[in-house]
Amino acid sequence: MPNPQDLNMSRRDLMAASAATVTLAGAASTANAAPTPDAPSLVKVAFEVNGDKRVLTLDTRTTLLDALREHLKLTGTKKGCDHGQCGACTVIVDGRRINSCLTLAVMHEGDKVTTIEGLGTPDKLHPLQAAFVKHDGYQCGYCTPGQICSAKAVLDEIKAGVPSHVTQDITKDPKLTEAELRERMSGNICRCGAYSNIVEAIGEVAGGLA
Amino acid sequence: MRAFTYERATTPADAATAVARDPTARFIAGGTNLLDLMKLEIETPRRLVDVNGLKLDKIEPTQDGGLRIGALVRNTDLAADKRVRKGYGVLSRALLAGASGQLRNKATTAGNLLQRTRCPYFYDTNMPCNKRTPGAGCSAIGGFTRGHAVLGTSEACIATHPSDMAVAMRILDAGVETVRPDGATRTIPIAEFHRLPGATPHIETALTAGELITAVTLPKPVGGVHAYHKVRDRASYAFALVSVATILHKDGSGRVALGGVAHKPWRNETAESVLRGQVPAPQAFGRAADILLQDAKTYAHNAFKIPLARRAIVRTLTQAANATPQIQAIKTIR
Repeated sequence: MPNPQDLNMSRRDLMAASAATVTLAGAASTANAAPTPDAPSLVKVAFEVNGDKRVLTLDTRTTLLDALREHLKLTGTKKGCDHGQCGACTVIVDGRRINSCLTLAVMHEGDKVTTIEGLGTPDKLHPLQAAFVKHDGYQCGYCTPGQICSAKAVLDEIKAGVPSHVTQDITKDPKLTEAELRERMSGNICRCGAYSNIVEAIGEVAGGLA
Repeated sequence: MRAFTYERATTPADAATAVARDPTARFIAGGTNLLDLMKLEIETPRRLVDVNGLKLDKIEPTQDGGLRIGALVRNTDLAADKRVRKGYGVLSRALLAGASGQLRNKATTAGNLLQRTRCPYFYDTNMPCNKRTPGAGCSAIGGFTRGHAVLGTSEACIATHPSDMAVAMRILDAGVETVRPDGATRTIPIAEFHRLPGATPHIETALTAGELITAVTLPKPVGGVHAYHKVRDRASYAFALVSVATILHKDGSGRVALGGVAHKPWRNETAESVLRGQVPAPQAFGRAADILLQDAKTYAHNAFKIPLARRAIVRTLTQAANATPQIQAIKTIR
């Protein structure tokens, strides 16, 4: 933990520095001025998205979500709260679902990222996409890409024996039940409230609930 | 978010040195709390030192029959580890009661311990907060206090520590292993790791500048029935109003700690001593609860936490005594 005085100083310093940067910013874009403490820091990063190798040079502040949407134009992944509370930005990285809004793109060197665009296409829907359509697992659809990426990982987690908050006996493998799906999907908020249909869709793809 | 430089650390001591040298530097591992705070400019590091490459992601047996959990072990992996599920069930339960599946996949063991409070006034940069700006004042005192602490508070801060995992680690007598910039290592007992707010609520842990957590150790399993009960506003994905971690043995002796009520996991060994030699039943559990809660001080909107905590303790210990399955869906205690 740094000294509180240091924290205090850095905050004030930062305010002063950022005020100075406002005037520098215009010059920086044309004259390529030397970086100030608050100037963007650019870093090259390479990762795989939906099977394609992508190399980007990004401001270190860029989240994986913004890299996908704004730099790679993969706008299927949605920005909801941008604070890890809603799950709309859920993608699968190296087989695990994460909130792409709460991770920096530069931290994913060499990783394999799967977005909703990598799961299915309009001509060849992923079984979960088809089941969401069939069961009306959405109304506005904004949370749906996150719901589906999350659902795919949830089924893999249950298969791998990862327990959950509602697993009755954590020394045994979890069962595929409605309670398990509801608990495991709680990080994906649906403001339209299509939850019961979402559970039905996932349950059908899983081959029926216990 | 303010601009920052980014680097990947290659050894724990190098990481510690880099952060110790620069007071504006921070370690980043899972990043789920830090990046959230950076977006709100509550944290404004100029330099991030990524520790994900330090190979601190193993769970290994220790010589005394316990476990050493690497600092970078993700919450999902720790909760799912077969040894943890069998010998330290309260830890699995606590982890699984926290956050969401997505967050547990990223959040690390050390990061979970180091996460900051979710006090709304800490998060609102328009309001004074002694954690954000020492000496600025506390907006929670006199403000909306429903989620705030009732134990160990001070006139400077009434925030709670939000971790579930830490409450379980507290009753497991965990140790926090660290490395300092000069390469020196030490183990901080979990009881001394988190601090009470006192006059310096911005100093939250016993860590010194640049000191990096490398692992958390658990002594060998103590047996007994493990239970973690979390009371919150939603059935899932919410912070605790009150949570209870317990390990209860057949002879009535046991351990109990509270979450959601203080600046650190709240445990009082005197409360546990009254369980010893008693019939494990609600009467004895209530006496233990009263001792655990005896110095509670309430604020405008959180007086409910005292009876809630008392009932949650009695319920959780009763569940443990009867070995009732510890799931929220089961509402009755057999």
